[in-house]
Amino acid sequence: MAEKPEYWRWTESRWTNPDIDWKGKVITSGIDVGSVSSQAVILADGELYAYSNMRTGSDSPDSAMKAINWAMEKTGLTLKDISYTVGTGYGRVNVPFSQRAITEIACHARGGNFMYGPTVRTILDMGGQDCKAIHCDERGKVTNFLMNDKCAAGTGRGMEVFADLLGVSINEVGDLSFDIDEEPKPVSSTCVVYAKTEATGLLREGWPKNKVLAAYCSAMAHRIMTLLERIGVEEDFAITGGISKNKGVVKRLEKEVGIKIMETSKYDPQIAGALGAALFAKALFDKGKK
Amino acid sequence: MEVLKMITIGIDIGAKNIKVVILKDNKIIAKSNVLAGFEVTKSAQEAIDKALKKVGLTKKDLDKTISTGTGEKLAPFYDDTKSIVGCDSLAAVFLHPQTRTVIDVGAEEGRGMRCDETGKILDFEVNEKCAAGAGAFTEAMSRALEVPLEEFGALSLKATEEIPMNAQCTVFAESEVVTMVHNKVSKANMAKAVHDAMASRISSMVRKIGFNKDVALVGGVAKNVGFVDSLNKDLGLELFVPKDPEYVGALGAALAAAGWKGGK
Repeated sequence: MAEKPEYWRWTESRWTNPDIDWKGKVITSGIDVGSVSSQAVILADGELYAYSNMRTGSDSPDSAMKAINWAMEKTGLTLKDISYTVGTGYGRVNVPFSQRAITEIACHARGGNFMYGPTVRTILDMGGQDCKAIHCDERGKVTNFLMNDKCAAGTGRGMEVFADLLGVSINEVGDLSFDIDEEPKPVSSTCVVYAKTEATGLLREGWPKNKVLAAYCSAMAHRIMTLLERIGVEEDFAITGGISKNKGVVKRLEKEVGIKIMETSKYDPQIAGALGAALFAKALFDKGKK
Repeated sequence: MEVLKMITIGIDIGAKNIKVVILKDNKIIAKSNVLAGFEVTKSAQEAIDKALKKVGLTKKDLDKTISTGTGEKLAPFYDDTKSIVGCDSLAAVFLHPQTRTVIDVGAEEGRGMRCDETGKILDFEVNEKCAAGAGAFTEAMSRALEVPLEEFGALSLKATEEIPMNAQCTVFAESEVVTMVHNKVSKANMAKAVHDAMASRISSMVRKIGFNKDVALVGGVAKNVGFVDSLNKDLGLELFVPKDPEYVGALGAALAAAGWKGGK
């Protein structure tokens, strides 16, 4: 029997900056071990040099190693060349080669500041198993934040459940959710378990897949909106994390918030946390030298 | 107690099952339970027909019909509807007169209510938003652990250790259970962790309305001995669990149809 396709599987990525020669430069790295994905970011003299973004395995130290090794692939870099490493994310204390662990809230703000510039005041990180709304100042310092990590509704995990239910690759959910005749009402159940039952009912009523996807994307946008309402959105407003790649959610959220969301970064938006960690690593290394 | 010369029927349309109770002279003469499925009205008709057939009655013999539950309006016929919390407390007082607090845990909802000696509701709290406080949670966990739901409760009584569960969400708990399996936690200990977690969710809901020592537990999940044990410990009392707890809502509807009132 053929194995069931893994619809939840999103595209992993890695990148190296072709314009930088790392030799002779101070190398620092940041590792973000999340519940669903792990990222490694390498900086050369504080400039973005390489990164990787991959699925977290069952073991945090192992996931951290895999991420950094993939980021270093074909660069000639080895762990010995890295002067300072900061771990972040849910598995941050389990990064074997790190010198420090810093919370992902601080790292996301710092990384978001680097990716989207100093005008960013609100960063929404839509992760695999949580969702954080962060306010920060022009230097990327956290001024306030709010987080949901208790409920799968409004997180990537919820979207994975739907991709699987509908047999649609998670990478295509966003586009397909706009291939509809008219925008349906959002799925009314908050809980992912009940939303799944509701969706099954809609399919039985004869709803096409795309319409169900649209209903779920707007339900998710609505759910995130309730989080944002509690903390408020200050411009500029940027989104990071895996769900930020899902236009089906982002466009609908933008409509609900009524504030323009900044164009997604040219870098993988999932690296914000690791990038912030790598920037902290650089600052900590410089401080240690003085 | 006043004997009512009436034949009434109570229909409880839940998220997952439809329960029917036929009452004659204060006695249950027939009951039935049918999966709700997607064609709820049809399933309800089927449940009614099944119960009627058992005692050789037809619809014409029924003096009054009351429908209750999440899908009360989907019953094929009824004279009246009555809230499920009202039905629960009425039947709980009927079965166990000193009851003043009732907890009902169904497939997709959890409810806590306080009532007086006549079964009249004084206060109540409902969770219908989150699967973690309903039967759907234990169901998902038994599936994740590959233990049949009927055995899941008894298994948790064999636990040797108390392991806390961090996840509050059913979806996240599914992943946590997988991690526990990797960490070689025994299935019995995991089952207990699941029931303890759910009990703590239900108890915090009940604490919001307050409770005394006479608490009845009804609804399908009351058949889960592991959950009952965890909730007993959490609340620090011995819950009254009636026989056939899943029929309590339907019984309450049938009692209300007969005009029964407690406290006499």
